[in-house]
Amino acid sequence: MIGADKTTSIEAAVSQIKDGNTVMIGGFGVPGTPFTLIEELVRQGQSGLTVIKNDSNMPGMGVDRLLENGQVAKLIVSHIGLNPNAVRMMNEKVLEVEFCAQGILAERIRCAGAGLHGFLTDIGIDTDLANDKTTTEIDGKTLLVEKALSADFALIHADRADPFGNLIYVGTARNFNPLMAMAADHTLAETETLVAVGDLRPEETHTPGPFVDGVVFLPKLSEYYGVVER
Amino acid sequence: MIKRATDEIRPGMIVNLGIGLPTRVLDHLDANLAVCLHSENGIAGVGPSLSNNDADRNLIDAGGTYVSTLPGTSFFDSAVSFSLVRRGRLDLTVLGAFQVAANGDLANWKIPELFTPGPGGAIELAQKARRVVVLTTHQDKRGRSKIVKECSLPLTAAGCVDRIYTDMAVLDVTKKGIVLREIAEGLSVDEVVAATDATLIVPDTGVVTF
Repeated sequence: MIGADKTTSIEAAVSQIKDGNTVMIGGFGVPGTPFTLIEELVRQGQSGLTVIKNDSNMPGMGVDRLLENGQVAKLIVSHIGLNPNAVRMMNEKVLEVEFCAQGILAERIRCAGAGLHGFLTDIGIDTDLANDKTTTEIDGKTLLVEKALSADFALIHADRADPFGNLIYVGTARNFNPLMAMAADHTLAETETLVAVGDLRPEETHTPGPFVDGVVFLPKLSEYYGVVER
Repeated sequence: MIKRATDEIRPGMIVNLGIGLPTRVLDHLDANLAVCLHSENGIAGVGPSLSNNDADRNLIDAGGTYVSTLPGTSFFDSAVSFSLVRRGRLDLTVLGAFQVAANGDLANWKIPELFTPGPGGAIELAQKARRVVVLTTHQDKRGRSKIVKECSLPLTAAGCVDRIYTDMAVLDVTKKGIVLREIAEGLSVDEVVAATDATLIVPDTGVVTF
């Protein structure tokens, strides 16, 4: 063993989240979305949350469950086009939505995870998204200052994990997960498979264990994880 | 017009196809063409789409379609995915549009008070792909021209569009303005000009029918 056994019950892991916390949630559409952790957050009912996620999932699943349960005050996302509920709540002004260009959202999160405070970019400089941002000039180029984006908690979905918190993602379920796993004060990962320490090949580990605080094993997957009928 | 746009995709290119109409370019593409399709959610080398029965639940493209891998496919996280875009490694992106202006400005993420899906990856794709092609209906559902003198909607990126494929025409955005290159079969140049808000430059050499 090289460190603590971080396996935990889902109830204990999620109960650390408090009202008003900022929570990052991995996933792009269904792949990589930690539906079981989200359902536990719905069950426990913490409110006034700021949620950071690429998208707002589709109606009736994932982030939408938190929205319809009235737990989210603010959403920081790149896209909500596949969730009419989110669009409606934004239009009715019951939900504050901050849009970020997708790669800028990823990079702001990566930046926080790398212990940096921000970066400079020309992305979005001709758009409304530049309106409230500080600009600076480097080598004659006007650039936007993009601030790092951290959170109190990150909710992560892994394909495989060990008790130390080494994580491996599969297919397109990787997306924002490894970035968010580094960017939060407390990182909670659910995993489809839990193996003994030493059973993951070091070369294949995507998220190193030192970034992870809690590992929740999923004995079975709910229907949310399946193929979406459209 | 979708079929017409397949000409844009050449062997050896790295290409990103936007959600909706642009993705349907694939239906008309030679499956053996050596092209690397990038998807924002972390794939270089997107393979053919799969039915729900054959789908891998962990393998979608950015539009949510179940897809497959090909020999040489790679997966990566969202920061790497947009590093690839911003670093200028995309030869071509094909995007949808709410409006395209005569100077190449693109608006496709926000209709204030009505429909704001958000930008997704479009801002970075429009700003950084080496060639930006728009594939869209010529007019919106209410019959208003999407090819406009100036965008009234919030911009995705300024001066980024190189070429536009619509159901009525193929148009090039040049420093002098929008040049009418081709018109759809059954239409006259006058009809296309009348259906377009932006002033179209009609070359002396004539306009081809597609």
